[in-house]
Amino acid sequence: MTDTPVSGITHSKVITEDDVVAQLQDGMTIGIGGWGSRRKPMSIVRAMARSGLRDLTVVSYAGPDLGLLCASGKVSRALYPFASLDSIALEPHFRAARQSGTIDDVPWDEGMFLLGLQAAAWRVPFLPSRVGLGSDLIVHNPMLGTVCSPFEDGTELVAVPAIRLDAAICHLNRSDARGNAAFLGPDLYFDDLFLRAAPARRFISVEKIVPTEDLVHEAGTELRLRIARMMVDGVVERPGGALFTSCVPDYERDEGLQKEYASAARSAESWETFKREWLDLAEEEFQAKVAAR
Amino acid sequence: MISDLITRAEVCIVALAECFRGDGEIVANPIGTIPMISGRLARASFEPGLMVTDGEAALVAGDEAFAWPAGKVVEYYNPYRSMFDVVWSGKRHVVMGASQIDPYGNQNFAAIGSDYRTPKTQLIGFRGAPGNTVNHATSYWVAAHSPRVFVEKVDVVTGVGWDRAAAAGSGATEFFDLRKVVSNLAVFDFGGPSHRMRLVSVHPGVSVDDVVDATGFEPAMAPEITESRLPTGDELRLIREVIDPDGLRRSELPD
Repeated sequence: MTDTPVSGITHSKVITEDDVVAQLQDGMTIGIGGWGSRRKPMSIVRAMARSGLRDLTVVSYAGPDLGLLCASGKVSRALYPFASLDSIALEPHFRAARQSGTIDDVPWDEGMFLLGLQAAAWRVPFLPSRVGLGSDLIVHNPMLGTVCSPFEDGTELVAVPAIRLDAAICHLNRSDARGNAAFLGPDLYFDDLFLRAAPARRFISVEKIVPTEDLVHEAGTELRLRIARMMVDGVVERPGGALFTSCVPDYERDEGLQKEYASAARSAESWETFKREWLDLAEEEFQAKVAAR
Repeated sequence: MISDLITRAEVCIVALAECFRGDGEIVANPIGTIPMISGRLARASFEPGLMVTDGEAALVAGDEAFAWPAGKVVEYYNPYRSMFDVVWSGKRHVVMGASQIDPYGNQNFAAIGSDYRTPKTQLIGFRGAPGNTVNHATSYWVAAHSPRVFVEKVDVVTGVGWDRAAAAGSGATEFFDLRKVVSNLAVFDFGGPSHRMRLVSVHPGVSVDDVVDATGFEPAMAPEITESRLPTGDELRLIREVIDPDGLRRSELPD
């Protein structure tokens, strides 16, 4: 960890996964960044799965973040436009939770989802959209409303409600100790909106913390510095923190481990085995085990 | 070398490519292996204005669908946020899959079962289907035509069909543009009464009865049901040698 004193004062926000979990409470609505099985803050998700937390609402372009928390009995409600492991089309642990009726399902369209986060980030109650009209989103998502254009056209549109978050958790490639962060892969996804949709408890994990003056060099261009420290309350430095999801260019997805995770949905016994081998251990041990594979 | 044996996959690729005819300078966004090949084929032959994605965050030039041995040529940086700008401004024609589709083109790939709260089978979710279908051109690709897919009534409406759009008002119909359904057996449009799904062509080797037997509702019939056209020699060369030289199309539809 490299901390950069500014004017001789340290402004470090560096904390651990367990510090993040200690700031979360039962019943909270928690937004998780990334997309599918890409750049998910899995080391923090693992810490959440090991914790005593319960009754969470998870808000996510979902992959194994939602699945792992479902399998660990942490989720009572899911707001999601899809749940996929990318190379494995469907998220098996989420499916199991849905098919046993143990979670409250609040479906979203994936573009509409960004409007809900954007509305929360802009602190307005809703944003209008035609997305949802005619579909069963209106039937199955009780959060949605409709609104009529106040102008001459009078068009009826969907009122996409703000998705206000009690906490937001994202994984980025690089940051400084104060929370200025950069994505190095092809897509930021909607990480900035997740962090802005939460008024407090905004956490990032990163592959590497560097001095502020090295951020642009690490990112290659200032266009990749898309997370500002005013959007972040805590930074966890965790190389490999997104594993087994991808975090390019630092690493690709660990397809082997993802397969093991997916197969663990077959039975209670197979889940217990996976849990013992890959979840019930300190994050340092997890990383050492992955590296030794 | 072009073999004389034309596969069903190649016929389907051409039928899907035909969906993009006349689209001009928009994003052709066919999802799935055979649809991706079809978008490339349309651009490489009769619809040169199309823009296509690399499956990640770029719109790319070049005819290859899955690998870029000579390097990827990026035309536009198109992360997901920008993709929704494309969707909502209408400059897109998507080809989606369907776990269920009904006579008016309502599509479902979210969940199967009569009780949404406890589905028999949870699928991927609503994904982008509600937004796509009310914002720009939509067609569907069904790789395994069966009465379980072509159903009288879908369990969940993810993609909006003609009847549901009309019932939802002008906000839904203004840019609604549901075009075609291509399956491994046949091609349909929505030219039947009240935009009912209508059989327009059957693939070589498939009879109209085969299609009717595999469809869980009664489709309307075009005045003249033709045989889906074969790829031209040039199209076969493009598919086999340039767009999909590794034959990934066979993984979706074996010869």
